[in-house]
Amino acid sequence: MTTTLTDALEVERVESHLNPPASYDLADHPVPTGREEVWRFTPLKRLRGLLDGEASDTRLKWDTTLPAGVTLTEISGEQAVELGELAPNERPAALAAANAGGALLLDVPADAVVAEPVVIRLTGSSVDDLVWSRLVYRVGAHAEVTIVLVHSGSARYSAISSFLIGDGAQVNVLSLQDWDDDAVHLGRDAIRVGRDAYVKHTSISFGGDLVRMHANVEYAGPGGEAELLGLYFADEGQHLEHRLFADHNAPKTKSNVVYKGALQGQGAHTVWIGNVLIRKVAEGIETYEENRNLVLTDGCQADSVPNLEIETGEIEGAGHASATARFDDEQLFYLRSRGVSEKEAQRLVVHGFFNDLIRKVGIPSIEEKLLETVETELAKNVLKDLA
Amino acid sequence: MSKLEIEDLQVQVQTDDGPKEILKGVTLTINDGETHAIMGPNGSGKSTLAYSIAGHPRYEITGGSVTLDGEDVLELSVDERARAGLFLAMQYPVEVPGVSVANFLRTAKTAIDGEAPKLRTWVKDVNAVMERMNLDSTFSQRSVNEGFSGGEKKRHEIAQLDLLDPKVAILDETDSGLDIDALKVVSEGVNRFRERDGKGVLLITHYTRILRYIKPDHVHVFVAGKVAESGGPELAEELEANGYERFLTAAV
Repeated sequence: MTTTLTDALEVERVESHLNPPASYDLADHPVPTGREEVWRFTPLKRLRGLLDGEASDTRLKWDTTLPAGVTLTEISGEQAVELGELAPNERPAALAAANAGGALLLDVPADAVVAEPVVIRLTGSSVDDLVWSRLVYRVGAHAEVTIVLVHSGSARYSAISSFLIGDGAQVNVLSLQDWDDDAVHLGRDAIRVGRDAYVKHTSISFGGDLVRMHANVEYAGPGGEAELLGLYFADEGQHLEHRLFADHNAPKTKSNVVYKGALQGQGAHTVWIGNVLIRKVAEGIETYEENRNLVLTDGCQADSVPNLEIETGEIEGAGHASATARFDDEQLFYLRSRGVSEKEAQRLVVHGFFNDLIRKVGIPSIEEKLLETVETELAKNVLKDLA
Repeated sequence: MSKLEIEDLQVQVQTDDGPKEILKGVTLTINDGETHAIMGPNGSGKSTLAYSIAGHPRYEITGGSVTLDGEDVLELSVDERARAGLFLAMQYPVEVPGVSVANFLRTAKTAIDGEAPKLRTWVKDVNAVMERMNLDSTFSQRSVNEGFSGGEKKRHEIAQLDLLDPKVAILDETDSGLDIDALKVVSEGVNRFRERDGKGVLLITHYTRILRYIKPDHVHVFVAGKVAESGGPELAEELEANGYERFLTAAV
């Protein structure tokens, strides 16, 4: 009997302790108590009842820029599943699938080279609004596209999004959480990377009272590459959580995770959980995950937990790094020894910390906006006399 | 004018076993336009002297004085010392991710001069210095010291020396880890600085090799946290021939 790669992928079911098995059945995702490993960092009360899963047909306001060839259509939940939607592996995503009343499909046909970014602006009008959303992004083989999502306004919002990336496609996805102060956003982005395809996924969280985002990646075949980037800036009282999962379920695949964040003000809390699973079949893969946090004031908390589950040693490389610190004294000394004042040196280091990531985003219009936003955030607090 | 006077300087660092005295009374005067070489074995305190003068927080001054043209250097913060005219070329320059060399140089120049350099002449000056230091045109866009080779880091330090134009430069083992070509480029950069009016140089090194390219006026042998012997360039020749043994034996 011969075992093909596809068989191997289907046969092998590895359960990752940080990523419960995917299921549409709500009974498989009980209401968390807060003691679960995957929920222990999240202040459940501040979810404002999202986990109860009350039905709602409220929607966010959609403003879209769809370049020629790209379509957005309503489909049923069944159709989403048939297309290969990545099933929910936690309660908010399962609730979103159950309550969204169908799904939206953004379709980029095979071989399309879309020069202008697809821009989707989602705006909420009030935190009283409970909004469920189910999205499927399908990018055909060898297509090239950039997709930008901008969340603003306020809502209690839970979304399940699946990115189905065709073989050889080149895709750049950016999700910006630019909410008002009281918004709650639970998002699950999951990406299936086609053979030899490349996906960059960037998650950027500035606003909101509580934002908890998943970025999961798995592979439909060998040779796929995923770059998962993130940037966040937590102010007083904000909870910003990012959970990453790279499931290396095919050989010769790559993942590279870089998340950077800053915290300022009493009660600012950030959580970064990185997890990489290297399955037996995943020989010759390469993975790296990195999280850096810059603590700008007292009273902040940054939790950062990189994880690596390895089932084969036949790989190119696997590594991770995590660092949470105040300013680096050696960097400040170096700059100051060149005459630069302490405040100005701090300003340079913070800008450098973010620029380093922003320049990797690869969407010029957004990069500019991000630099401005970082500037505004910095002006709020520690470096206000430098603005 | 530039006169750096170090008088009976005593410095300690905190270790797991409590404070440890590193400099045990260093006295040294660099007069206007002079180049002094400090030579000594590893662990003799040469780098401590360099970092203490620059004001690194790790080093605690317990006695003595340092003045630059009569001004008390030890009273100044790190950046004030640089603005007063001190420059330290570091043995291990620090990486600053996301800050471009161009931005760094312009910010430093603005801080030192108290006003932004004129854009047109500044860009020309930077390009000229980069070319002289054999650093290619993309160098300015790279992050400070990030991914630089050992040679690039040292050439970048000397490019800063050239552009920031201090009164006194302290070069901490700038020659270490350089191949002969890079050593020549770096030495030429230092010599161009020395040709300017009244510039002082304190050249700290473990090896005599760099002294073939940068001729010191005075040579000091540094052992166990103090100057063991001072002399002219002939002292370097003696070290070249006989090593540090004579001084180490004397210090015990």
